[in-house]
Amino acid sequence: MSDCHDCAGCAVAVAPALQKGARTHVVAIIGPPNSGKSTLFNRLTGLRQKVANFPGVTVEQRVGKAKMHGATNHNDVVLVDLPGVYSLNPRSEDEQVTRDVLAGTMPGIPKPDAVLLILDCTNLGRHLVLAAPILSLKLPTLVILNMADDLKSRGGHVDTAELANELGSPVALISASKGQGIEKVFQFMEGTSAGTTSLAPPRVELPVLQDIPRCRQWAHDVGTGAAYHAPAPPIWTRRLDSVFLHPIAGPLIFLIVVAGVFQTIFKGARPLMDGLQAFIQTSGQWIEHTLPPSIFRSLLVDGIWSGVGAVIVFLPQILLLFLFIGILEDSGYLARAALIADRTMAKFGLQGKSFIPLISAYACAVPAIMATRTIENKRDRLATILIAPFMTCSARLPVYTLIIAAFIADRPLLGHFFGMQAGALLGLYVLGFVAAIATARLLKSSILKTERVPFVLEMPPYRWPTLRSLGLRLIDRSKVFLRRAGTVILLVIVVLWVLENLPVKNGQPPAIADSFAGMIGHAVEPAIKPLGFNWKIGIGLVSSIAAREVIVGTLGTIYHSEGTSESVGLRKALQSDLSPGGAVALLVFFAFAMQCMSTIAVVRRETGGWKWPAIQFSYMTFLAYLCALITNEVVRSGIFT
Amino acid sequence: MLQMSVNSGSDAAPHSAVARTLAQLPEGEAGVLDRLELPDDIARRLMELGFLPGHIIVPARSAPGGEPRVYRVDGSEVALRRETASHLILRPSNGKVSET
Repeated sequence: MSDCHDCAGCAVAVAPALQKGARTHVVAIIGPPNSGKSTLFNRLTGLRQKVANFPGVTVEQRVGKAKMHGATNHNDVVLVDLPGVYSLNPRSEDEQVTRDVLAGTMPGIPKPDAVLLILDCTNLGRHLVLAAPILSLKLPTLVILNMADDLKSRGGHVDTAELANELGSPVALISASKGQGIEKVFQFMEGTSAGTTSLAPPRVELPVLQDIPRCRQWAHDVGTGAAYHAPAPPIWTRRLDSVFLHPIAGPLIFLIVVAGVFQTIFKGARPLMDGLQAFIQTSGQWIEHTLPPSIFRSLLVDGIWSGVGAVIVFLPQILLLFLFIGILEDSGYLARAALIADRTMAKFGLQGKSFIPLISAYACAVPAIMATRTIENKRDRLATILIAPFMTCSARLPVYTLIIAAFIADRPLLGHFFGMQAGALLGLYVLGFVAAIATARLLKSSILKTERVPFVLEMPPYRWPTLRSLGLRLIDRSKVFLRRAGTVILLVIVVLWVLENLPVKNGQPPAIADSFAGMIGHAVEPAIKPLGFNWKIGIGLVSSIAAREVIVGTLGTIYHSEGTSESVGLRKALQSDLSPGGAVALLVFFAFAMQCMSTIAVVRRETGGWKWPAIQFSYMTFLAYLCALITNEVVRSGIFT
Repeated sequence: MLQMSVNSGSDAAPHSAVARTLAQLPEGEAGVLDRLELPDDIARRLMELGFLPGHIIVPARSAPGGEPRVYRVDGSEVALRRETASHLILRPSNGKVSET
C-alpha cells in the first residue's frame, strides 16, 4: 500500500477534502443504484461532506470525512462516493469515472486504500455480480450487505461467514437507514487505516468479467454457497403499486401529488417568506438608523441589504420544493411518477425521467438541471436541460407580480376565486410550459433526434424516508442557494450600485439619467424601443441578466422608491412610465428570456462547455425579443380593447 | 444457450402459447427469455438488470394507459416501453415453464 501513499502526496489539484497530506486514508464507496449507497455515505460522514464534479466530466463527486470513533487511530479517513453502477464495463461516463478512481488514474483523487462495496441483500443474486470486477482489483474490500432489516422481515437468509470465506473479503450485514451494524464498517476502516487488514485470496474463482451471463451465474453459485435464501416479494410494495399504478386512482393520485406540491410551494411558503421579508426590512431600517448617513450606508442598505434580501426571501420556497422531492425520491414514489408521466412525455419526444426535473424547474432551473442526472440517455438529458429554463421559476414571480399588479385590473374572471390577475399569472405559467414543450419537439425532431430511446427504469420497493437523509439534503441545498445569493447576486448589486452612483459631480452622486447605469440604459434604448421599453427598463434588463428578480430592485432604485418594500410607489411610477403594450411585452420577455447567470453557469458545468449555454441563451433571448415585439404591436394596435 | 435457475419462481404461471415476444406476454404469465434483438449497448444494460437468456420474466402492472409496463425479473421490477419489450424474444413454450 506504500504506492498509494506516494500518489496521495504527488497528486495534482487535490480536492480540498483530500489535502491532509500523506497520512490521509482514502476509502471508496461503490454499489449498484438503489443499494443504499448514499444513505451509507451520509451515515458515515454526516455533514462533513462536499459535492463537486469529477475533473473534466459531469459526474458528481461526493467526498466526505468519516467520523472515526477509535481512540487509538488519529488518521483521517476520506470517503469518496462513486456513482451507482452495475458493472465496470466503461460504457457510460459513470462507469468510466468509477473505473478511473478505483485504478488511481483519476486526477486529484489518490488511489483508494480500501473499498466499501455495498449491495442490497434482498436482491443479492443480481447485486453480487458487481463483486466480481471489484474483487479482481485486489484492494482491501468490505462487502456490505445492506437492507438487513428487510431481508429478515421478509424471511430471507444469508450466511455471512460463509460468504466471507468464499469471497476472501470480510462481509458485514447492516441496515444503513437504521444504523444497524454500522460499527462493523468503522472497524473495517480503522483496520485498513492502521494497516492491520490482510488480504485473503477469494476461495471461488472469479468469472470472465466481460461475459454478463457468466458473471450472473457466478453470483448465483456464490450465493448458493453462502446458503443465500432470497426473501419473499415485498408485499407492501405490491399493494401500494396496485393503488398508485391503478388505471384510474393512479393518475388521480399523481395529479393530487403534483397539485399539492404546487399549492405548498406557493401558499404554504407564504407565511415563512413574509416573515423573512419583514425581518430583512426591519433589520435594514435598523442599520439605516444606527449608521450615520454616508455613501457606505447607502451601499449597505439600498444596495446589498435590499438586493440580497430580495433573493433570500425565496429560500423557504426552494427548501419546501426540495423537501417534497426528497420525500418522493426516498419513498420510491418518484419512480412511479416517472412511469406514469412517461407516455405523455413521450409525445413531446421526452421520457418519464424528464418529468421531475421539469417540475422542479418551476421552483428554480438550477436544481432542476442538476436533477437531470438521473436521465442516462445523453440527448434526452440535454433536451431536458435546454428546455428547463422555460418553466416559470420562482425568480420570475416578483417580476410578474409587480407588473400584473400595476397593469392588470383585478376583475373577476371565473367567479370570485379566480380573478384577472390570477388568470394572467396562470397564463404566463402556461406560456412557459408551451414554449418548453414546443422547443423539446423542435430539438428532438432535429439536432437531438434519437433513434430508439429505451426507457429502462428500475422500480425500487417503497420505503419510509428518513429525517436524517431529508435534513442533510435540505442543508446541502440551502448552502448552494445562499452561496449564490452571497456571490453572483451580491456582485451584480454592488456593480450596479457603483454604476448608478458614478461619475461623481461636485461631490454628489449624479442623477440616474446621467450615471453610468443611465448611459447603458440609453445605449440599449434603440434596440428595445420597438418592444415598448424605455431606457429605465433597459437598465433593469441589463441588470437582470444576472438574475431575473434583480430588475425589481433596480427599478425600485431608479424610480427612487424602495423596491419591493414600497411596491405601491413603484407600481404608480411604472403605470405612468410604461405603456400597456410595453408592460405585457415585458411579461412575455421575462417568460422566455434566459436572464439568469446561475443557470448559464450550471448548464455550462453539466454540458461540459460553453457551446450549449451559448446556443440556449441566444435562442431564448431571440424568442423573447421576437415575442415581446409581436406582443407590443398587437396590444398597441388595440385588438383587445 | 445458458441454462440458469436463478429466478424465484413464485410468480410462475403457465406460459402463454401465443406470446413470441415479451411485449405480447399477458400480465402475470411467466415467459423464458431466449435472446435480446437490440443494439449491443442497450442489450448489455438490460442484461445487467437481469434480462438474461434463460431467465424467467413475469409482466406486472402497466402504467395507466398501458405503457410502459413493469416486469418482474431476477428479484426486482423494471419498467420497459412496449417498443423495447417487443425486441426481447421468448423461448417457444412447450406447455409449462420449468426451472432448470
